[in-house]
Amino acid sequence: MSVNLGIVSYRPSWIGEKLFRGMSFAAYVRSLLTPFNIIAALVWLPGFILVLIRYAFGLGAVMSGSNEYPWGLFISYGLLCGVPFASTGFIMATAYHLFGMKAYHPLVRLGILTGFLGYFFAVCFLLIDLGRPWRLPYPMFVSFGTASVLFLVAWHVALYLSTQLLEFCPAIFEWLGFERCQQWVTRITVGATIFGVILSTLHQSALGALFLLMPGKVHPLWYTPNLPVFFFVQSIYAGLSVMILVSSLCRRFLKNQTDGQFTSNLDNLLFGLAKAAALVLFSYYSLKLLAVAHENEWYLLVTPYGYLFLTEIILFVFMPCYLYVYGVRYKNVKVVQLTSVLSMVGVVFSRFNISIIGFNWTLPNLEIPGWKEFAIAITILTTAVLVFRWIVSHMPVLREFQEHDLRLVQAETRKMVERTSPRPHQFTRS
Amino acid sequence: MNINRRNFLKAAMLAGGSSFIGASKKALAEVDFANQANRCGVLTDLSRCIGCRACESACNEVNKLPEPDVPFDSDKVFEKERRTTWKALTVVNRYPNPKDKDKPIFRKVQCFHCNDPACASACLVGALKKTPEGSVIYDESVCLGCRYCMAACPFSIPAYEYSNPTTPKVVKCTMCYGRITKGQVPGCVEACPEEVHTFGKRNDLIRLAREKIIKNPGKYVDHIYGEQEVGGTSWLYLSPVPFEQVGFLTDVENKAYLNFTKGFLSVVPVVLTLWPALLGGIYIFTSSRDQKEKEELQKPKKGGTKS
Repeated sequence: MSVNLGIVSYRPSWIGEKLFRGMSFAAYVRSLLTPFNIIAALVWLPGFILVLIRYAFGLGAVMSGSNEYPWGLFISYGLLCGVPFASTGFIMATAYHLFGMKAYHPLVRLGILTGFLGYFFAVCFLLIDLGRPWRLPYPMFVSFGTASVLFLVAWHVALYLSTQLLEFCPAIFEWLGFERCQQWVTRITVGATIFGVILSTLHQSALGALFLLMPGKVHPLWYTPNLPVFFFVQSIYAGLSVMILVSSLCRRFLKNQTDGQFTSNLDNLLFGLAKAAALVLFSYYSLKLLAVAHENEWYLLVTPYGYLFLTEIILFVFMPCYLYVYGVRYKNVKVVQLTSVLSMVGVVFSRFNISIIGFNWTLPNLEIPGWKEFAIAITILTTAVLVFRWIVSHMPVLREFQEHDLRLVQAETRKMVERTSPRPHQFTRS
Repeated sequence: MNINRRNFLKAAMLAGGSSFIGASKKALAEVDFANQANRCGVLTDLSRCIGCRACESACNEVNKLPEPDVPFDSDKVFEKERRTTWKALTVVNRYPNPKDKDKPIFRKVQCFHCNDPACASACLVGALKKTPEGSVIYDESVCLGCRYCMAACPFSIPAYEYSNPTTPKVVKCTMCYGRITKGQVPGCVEACPEEVHTFGKRNDLIRLAREKIIKNPGKYVDHIYGEQEVGGTSWLYLSPVPFEQVGFLTDVENKAYLNFTKGFLSVVPVVLTLWPALLGGIYIFTSSRDQKEKEELQKPKKGGTKS
């Protein structure tokens, strides 16, 4: 909540203060016309038009729409990459609330927000990809395909999205000043966290289990009965890498929304995250090799798909693992930050290898998603960035709100406001 | 930390509640496919097919499909291998005959109507079902259009109406479910002038196919495609040449595909019940440790994060 002292004499209404940062509507709109926003709008627009075309003329108008490759970029990126990237929520909540790693406190809300938005926009991808998106609640309320892995994914993503919203509620209620609600949702934190971990374990791995049904279609180097385990382990280092990247970007570009607690210790937290990610990457690397050994598929490594597989596990799994260790060892934040990007690219690469490149490997033609799908994906990602920025700059995510001493500071601020303003806005406060 | 006990109770309740979800999921996941003896099927004898495409035409008519791009009496379609589409639930493809160059082999493609269909176990709303009659049918009224069935089908048979913005459907052969429940045979079977297809009980068809192989030595490959493949299919084939030469997938698994996800689904209730206890335990452990530490440091304790 930013109480802008300069324009307090304007006396913002409650809504005006919450939504327009105390500015008048016109002033607020004018304040939005920044170079960043204008560029974002230009990037956003083409994909948005394509989304309208998709709803008017059907999926075929924006995706190649083949019967052999029913899943394009929306599933391969939006769901299969978006969901592991969004594991930040359960990772940070588990570390802080369950494992008692109190040092990570400044990153917990950021993790939950990133996770929530990740899931939310994964669902947005689904709403574009599903033939009849308005039937999205059918698996919950109308017709139950209980033997389906996707049924589990649908339920869990829906439940987890709600759980994460609940976990993020303290920030929302603090922002709105709903103290009672805030106290209530804070009480269920631990329960919600545990529930979230259960759901995450199951649906992260279930995304891998989706492909268990396609032994003939997924290339044998990637198809193993352990796919669910791989997907789950991968989601952990994906989430840790996203956490490193997002918090670094916040420090770089949203510095005015952070507080001392966030910025002062961030480097050490990044090293901690990098250490954890390196460990998980190494387990993942070993698991991948074990799977090849277990199926005795070494001979496949000298085929084109084998080279792809080797690229994946050496460049995108082993390298980030090594670089994270290097960055931590030599206390080099830059290396850690760049490695997080490398490992995220690796997650996308490996998921695409399963769902696009190595999918239908026996067929002569490989189908790569067209530019329209990429344009729509970029639009959704831009929306995600804008929504993220909006939330972070309105709600207490990167900064403390509740700490006792901070309240005092705020009370001081309010007193100052009251002194300068003839009819001050009433804060709900006991 | 007076909420410790409350949290524990909450975790315990969660465990109880979620194990209930898990248990019911498990119970429902076991779909019983007893009564397989009465299932019908079709035996297609590739040695008899002349590629007249009367079956395609009949299928088009019975299922009220749109006009084909190339008329049914044209040979042009054989130049390229075709697949099923939303406009054609069955297609006939031509393959060179290694035994006799002048007599190419034609193969009709359509849904195999698996005994335990991968598409049905993939569908999250149960829109696809194996009926007691043997057909695998599709219920348009609940379909979300996620297309997992298409990805899951080992034969990539289902097609999708990608250019339909409001009511896109998954399209595939239903073995003319409407007709066979009325005692008729499927449209393609009825239309065939060469009696390539035989409609009947699957068990009888397998016996018939064996007899054909035994009574005509050298005429057929000694294999009934669909007897074992993917756990058995209702549509069975006999071929005079090895099946891989006429467009069949011969590297499919010989067990029902729903077995591949069964293992994962059976772990679900375990996670649902074990995790709350495990994580709740860790929480109680760490929070009591923190509390002890706090008590030890009690006197000089102050927030001190920010001035």
